[in-house]
Amino acid sequence: MAFRKFINSKTLLSFFAAFMLLGTNVLMAQTPAATGAGEPEAPQVDWAGVSYYVLIFFLICLGVAVIGKILKIYDLTLKIQGKKGLKWNTVMGVICLVFLIAGIYGAYWSFTVQGSMTLPESASAHGVNIDEMFTVTTVLTMIVFFITQILLFTFLFRYRHSDKRRAYFLPHDNTIEKIWTIAPAIVLTILVVFGFFTWQKIMDTSEKVGDINIDITGHQYKWELRYPGKDGILGPKDFKLVTGFNKLGVNFKKRSSFDDLAVDTMYLPVHKTIRLNIQAQDVIHSVYMPHFRVQLNAVPGLPTFFKFTPTITTAEMRRKTDDPKFEYLVYCNKVCGGGHYNMQAVVRVVTEAEYQAWLSRQKPYLTDQLKKELHFAAAESSKSVSQNRLALNN
Amino acid sequence: MSTLAVHDHGVAHHDEHGHEHHHNQSFLSKYVFSMDHKMIAKQFLITGITMAVIAMILSILFRIQLAYPDKTFPLLTTLLGHFAPNGRISTEFYLSLVTIHGTIMVFFVLTAGLSGTFANLLIPLQIGARDMASPFMNMLSYWFFFLASVIMLSSFLVQKGPASGGWTIYPPLSALPKAMPGSGTGMTLWLISMVCFVASSLMGGINYVSTVLNMRTKGMDLWKMPLTIWALFLTAVLGVLAFPVLVAGVVLLIFDRSFGTSFYLSDIVLNGVPQPYEGGSPILFQHLFWFLGHPEVYIVIMPAMGISSEVMSVNSRKPIFGYHAMVYSLIGITVLSFIVWGHHMFVTGMNPFLGGVFMITTLIIAVPSAVKTFNWLATLWRGNIRFTPAMLFAIGMVSFFISGGLTGIFLGNAALDINLHDTYFVVAHFHLVMGSAAIFGMLAGVYHWFPKMFGRMMDEKLGYLHFWLTFIGAYLVFFPMHFMGLDGVPRRYYAFTEFASMQRWLTVNTFITWAAIMAALAQVAFLYNFITSIFAGKKATQNPWEANTLEWTTPVEHLHGNWPGEIPTVYRWPYDYSKPGAEEDYIPQTTPFSQTMSSNLPHDFEDNPVGLEEQNKFTSTLKANEEVK
Repeated sequence: MAFRKFINSKTLLSFFAAFMLLGTNVLMAQTPAATGAGEPEAPQVDWAGVSYYVLIFFLICLGVAVIGKILKIYDLTLKIQGKKGLKWNTVMGVICLVFLIAGIYGAYWSFTVQGSMTLPESASAHGVNIDEMFTVTTVLTMIVFFITQILLFTFLFRYRHSDKRRAYFLPHDNTIEKIWTIAPAIVLTILVVFGFFTWQKIMDTSEKVGDINIDITGHQYKWELRYPGKDGILGPKDFKLVTGFNKLGVNFKKRSSFDDLAVDTMYLPVHKTIRLNIQAQDVIHSVYMPHFRVQLNAVPGLPTFFKFTPTITTAEMRRKTDDPKFEYLVYCNKVCGGGHYNMQAVVRVVTEAEYQAWLSRQKPYLTDQLKKELHFAAAESSKSVSQNRLALNN
Repeated sequence: MSTLAVHDHGVAHHDEHGHEHHHNQSFLSKYVFSMDHKMIAKQFLITGITMAVIAMILSILFRIQLAYPDKTFPLLTTLLGHFAPNGRISTEFYLSLVTIHGTIMVFFVLTAGLSGTFANLLIPLQIGARDMASPFMNMLSYWFFFLASVIMLSSFLVQKGPASGGWTIYPPLSALPKAMPGSGTGMTLWLISMVCFVASSLMGGINYVSTVLNMRTKGMDLWKMPLTIWALFLTAVLGVLAFPVLVAGVVLLIFDRSFGTSFYLSDIVLNGVPQPYEGGSPILFQHLFWFLGHPEVYIVIMPAMGISSEVMSVNSRKPIFGYHAMVYSLIGITVLSFIVWGHHMFVTGMNPFLGGVFMITTLIIAVPSAVKTFNWLATLWRGNIRFTPAMLFAIGMVSFFISGGLTGIFLGNAALDINLHDTYFVVAHFHLVMGSAAIFGMLAGVYHWFPKMFGRMMDEKLGYLHFWLTFIGAYLVFFPMHFMGLDGVPRRYYAFTEFASMQRWLTVNTFITWAAIMAALAQVAFLYNFITSIFAGKKATQNPWEANTLEWTTPVEHLHGNWPGEIPTVYRWPYDYSKPGAEEDYIPQTTPFSQTMSSNLPHDFEDNPVGLEEQNKFTSTLKANEEVK
């Protein structure tokens, strides 16, 4: 049998282990030379670590082989004594039961310990609906989860093989099949209807007066934020107008563009409806603000928006989470390249007064350099137009 | 149902030459360019296992990065060169690892490795055919798959590294070679590899469908087919309908990348420079991709469902509960899987009304899945369960399918998906329901049909060890990930170090990595068992599991043409286990009702009035005899 071979080749194995050790040692001697002077203190501990772990693995394999051998011998002696040998079906049945109990405890532990590490309560109005929906779904699915897993593993233990018994011939039972087709259908219908209306409410596109428009544009690997000025209107944009100083390509032929503000941190007044205008310049990004239950992809060529109302200020949330450094964040949640894992912007929810004070301190998007550039560009274009005329006349 | 008696020439051939013509085959035509479905199945299996091991090693590499984002491992630099400078995997190469791990596992292991192996092995053997409908195309199918595998792996040899935009390769990231290193030559190789892969998959799929429809043996009507065949048949139908759409999407992407078109590109500014693309839509690619991508997850899971149903029935010594319901739910899943793809796109900016519609269809598809789960539980109830390794893996599949399926109810709900989309919750969900469940179905199949493939048995005890370590390991890896997702931790993040709120998950990440390493090392037990058993395993008997299906009526030694004489006729469904009144606790499909008068039920004669009359006569004489006594 396979195990016996394993044992017989023990010498072979230890040779192999020694070879591995030697091999890694040789490699270890080479690495400092290869990496050169750049890192003289190359951490050699890891190298010893590798051979160490390989050796441990081989020892475990050996241990497993020895245990296998012992079991085999035990099995044989039982058979020699005229007994039936190890009843593997019973062993497995018992392990199934042990797994069930350990699994339930593990799930309980995970729910309490790791479950408490999840997001705090929703900081937006619509998020409360999502959280309610989530609770309902969790309760329903967890009931099904525990019942089905408990049934599965207790059946395995209860109906483990026995020579004395024959299985119960039950090819089908139409009544019970109808019940367990219709029951999930009803539960799912409830969830669908509940979810459908929640979704429609969140995605409600009707405009309301007093919404604050904020422009958020993603590019590798930064979020650009633009607030409207006093007129409350964001100036139009065109990607063809993008230059070094006009990163977003704002069109300054329109008056509404002149008072737009460029900001670093997204300040939001509490209890005001925010309309985030979401765009991307190069690849798909995703505006993800988990604390507000907000997410929408930023797709180049497809401007979208998401409306939400923050309800808890940053200061309040710091108190609630007992974390003085707590910040709301915008994450990028669609893989966008090497810097994807660190593409973030800070969001601060503040009172209306604080918001106005902050707003008055912000600098306009139209910087002096940009003014110069635009002026220059306008002069150049008029020159080229006149040249074109000349060319046509010729 | 018309049942063609096929390959008569095959029978004649065998009668003339007997066994001799095997020895005429050269090494090349027997083992390499084989047209025998059993050999092709083995080729698919071994290539699939090889790819699985490679993809698993890739996953361990990026798990190490996630567990120890601040540590350096000079060994990585030795192994990976400039992909891991200074002992740390680079951010771009991390994404390459994630991408190639996903691509290989979804397509090369769980599509080709699973469907390719078991459709090739089981379809002819379980429906009673001498080979596939077109063996040559079958051979091509394998070699296109092999070519695709080689091209996919060769992208590791490219200077800038393999494709790295995620396995879904959303443009513009994948369309703009300047957007990231992996979108250069690596992406080109990815696209070429996938075109070859789809060609392979189509040739296989057409073969499977035509073989099942046309080449069933006498008596094998559709309602007498084992559930494995139903599952593999419907999987093939799905593949044939869905994969061409991926090719369409991929070809347009190739045009965008290489010929300056703008199918998926519009309004792009790269590194501060406006690009000339206009009028395209990145969302179009997502629609095309997920039109394949969602049926794809059912292409992955349905064969596993079929295999588990069969294995559980055999080893519970009980008929599968609700055979018809099982088939109808498979058909329901097949049809519905084409109208749910939008649930991957709730937050892409797609019209919110469409999101609502896709939510409804998505939650409907949970009903047939629930029916299947309950039927499996009912199959175990009052069974006489033999714990073979195959049975354990089938049970593991059911357990994973429940755990992972239930979280699908969260993600299928558009409102909840807003906050869960692309977080670790999704990673946990699909690794349980599609990754672990499908791979467990595949392993159940390998353990169960190993005697049929190699004529030898695998070691059971090592199988037990393999099962428990992998089963526990998979739960330890994926269960905590749900909570990371609920904390809003996004997937595909190179390190959790840049966000203060994520740092408390670092210890959990270390734990998950070590659980993953344990589960990966458990696969050594499988590989050792698999390889040594091929050469030195205990010789198998003809029907080692005492199963009813046709493949166990073929001789242990493989024949070209499967059965030495005539193909056996089928008289009954494949699940007559523990029938009351029968001598044994199983009655093979080839046993006519006339030989089992004591165990026949009125139900067995639904479309057979003559048989019913005979049976009634038998029971009445039996009763008369009893009265005499």
